[in-house]
Amino acid sequence: MERIKKFHLGKTRREKLITFGLVLVFFGFIEILQATGNLSNLLKGQLVPICAYVVMALSLNLTVGILGELSLGHAGFVSIGAFTGIVIAQVLRPAIESNGLLLLIALAGGGIAAGLIGFLIGIPVLRLRGDYLAIVTLAFGEIIKSLINNLYIGLDSKGLHFSFINDNLRLLEDGKKILSGPLGANGLPRISSFIGGILLVLFTLYFLYRLLGSRLGRAILAMRDNAIAAESVGINITRYKLTAFTMSAFIAGMAGTLFALSFSSVNASKFNVDMSILILVFVVLGGLGNLRGSIIAAGLLTVLPELLRSLRDYRMLAYSVILIAIMLVTNNQILVHWWTQRKKDLKGLFTRLRKSKQGGEG
Amino acid sequence: MERLVPTPSLGVIPERDSDKPLILDIHGLGIDFGGLHAVEDFTLLIGRTEIAGLIGPNGAGKTTVFNLITSVYQPTRGVILFDGYDTRGKRPDEVCRMGIARTFQNIRLFKDMSVLDNVLVGMHNHIPYSMLSAFLHLPSYHRKEKEARDKAMDLLGIFDMQNMAKWQAGSLPYGAQRRLEIVRALATEPKLLLLDEPAAGMNPAETAELMENIRSIRDRFGIAILLIEHDMSLVMGICEGIAVLNYGKIIAKGSPEQIKNNPTVIEAYLGKQEA
Repeated sequence: MERIKKFHLGKTRREKLITFGLVLVFFGFIEILQATGNLSNLLKGQLVPICAYVVMALSLNLTVGILGELSLGHAGFVSIGAFTGIVIAQVLRPAIESNGLLLLIALAGGGIAAGLIGFLIGIPVLRLRGDYLAIVTLAFGEIIKSLINNLYIGLDSKGLHFSFINDNLRLLEDGKKILSGPLGANGLPRISSFIGGILLVLFTLYFLYRLLGSRLGRAILAMRDNAIAAESVGINITRYKLTAFTMSAFIAGMAGTLFALSFSSVNASKFNVDMSILILVFVVLGGLGNLRGSIIAAGLLTVLPELLRSLRDYRMLAYSVILIAIMLVTNNQILVHWWTQRKKDLKGLFTRLRKSKQGGEG
Repeated sequence: MERLVPTPSLGVIPERDSDKPLILDIHGLGIDFGGLHAVEDFTLLIGRTEIAGLIGPNGAGKTTVFNLITSVYQPTRGVILFDGYDTRGKRPDEVCRMGIARTFQNIRLFKDMSVLDNVLVGMHNHIPYSMLSAFLHLPSYHRKEKEARDKAMDLLGIFDMQNMAKWQAGSLPYGAQRRLEIVRALATEPKLLLLDEPAAGMNPAETAELMENIRSIRDRFGIAILLIEHDMSLVMGICEGIAVLNYGKIIAKGSPEQIKNNPTVIEAYLGKQEA
């Protein structure tokens, strides 16, 4: 009889440590490159966005992989986090000297705002299933984009001013615009740092692993596995779906803040359907429910377009071809089987080597 | 929630339960699907620690009755009083928390999860720790999780399944999957356990063993059990009261002896003898 298959969520302690180790090794590798002056400017500019995309992928994996509900509007939550974080950073900048502390407060604010919106959207949306849910989340993502695209926010000595569609903020002399509709936010403090990004990735991993190890995580996994059975053992499906969805939006919001504050200007059009799909691609490519997979996929696919820059006009074509090739290879049963067999052979080889060594010594 | 007084006894309640309030009191229950009266004027009383059987030919509406009791369907007519409380308008998860647990005819396990996790999900509402202690792994988290695991292993012990705790639930043999569903249902700490064809697909030896298990579960937990079953040796062997359903209506009620010799029941199962 078959023993339990290695759980693809990587719940064992060893699996978790490997994932955390992977992030730390990446961090160390980049730090060494930087110290020895081998880091290209192109890659340097990508470091924070890589971390942000990794966190976005992890957060969407909570909705799509772990909860099992398809969402196509994730960029909406990222965007809410981004612009809330921008407002917080701009307002508190004069008061707080430390960039790290400012980033931390902005991240918390961005996450909470996105979580709150996620909760409100989740109430009507999570009544739907499958394709319907996907379409409605897509619509909500677009609504959020349009709303922010028409939002004007200014700050002067009297406080914050808001206006919608038309720019009539009527700021005082000392005022400055934080957000000017379709032109977006300019003159941003670039307070996101690579170390901040890595810490956010580690925090997200910690958060998700602890969630999965709790009764709440078990309930969410049980719901994905068999909703009717979960209900029959007393699990309130609506409540836990909403909880998971809100948590997913919360993390996406933090990723948005990190992302936005790594640029000097950002506008809402950046957070469109393309971005939602891109995040979904990371999750699907990395494997549904596979946190380590999400990290690797998000990291590689963010760097890939930069690596392909030398192909100029054919860049996105090559990107697409590589993407299709990866999908085909990783989903090919024959290749996957071949790979597991090779892994087994390798394992066997090691144990034989160890045994023969022990035998030689003894 | 208002506790309602059960109606005077109409059915066959075991002697030992006769002076206690009923665990289940279903009165005039009916549900229509379109124009079809799937269940009609269904009345059933079950005592605190009774093992009762619900039998009938295929398509008689037995599983529909289970779905009505667990609020998967809302009744068109009639009242279900569980432990004196009306279950109408409640969600299935609320009914479970009131104390009704069930198994399914077509097994519904959490197939991708381990056997132990299946039981732990069943104990969900009885593992009290805050999410804060879960995220920070405070001592209360470790203590409560360990208690829960110990209890889950203890429950698995009913069917000697402790050695399978780490297996994937979907990879268990069929009979073990059925048994795991019972363990998972027991983990919710029910007062009434509904078993939908627990012996389906089991050989006579396994069925005999299951019979003993069901009886010992009743004795150990002091709960009532209502089961749907086609295996007559099991039904006649352990049920104290039996109700026979045909075309959505109860055609007979009584002790196993009474049911065995009831001409209406024989006719429903075997058809009418040509004159």
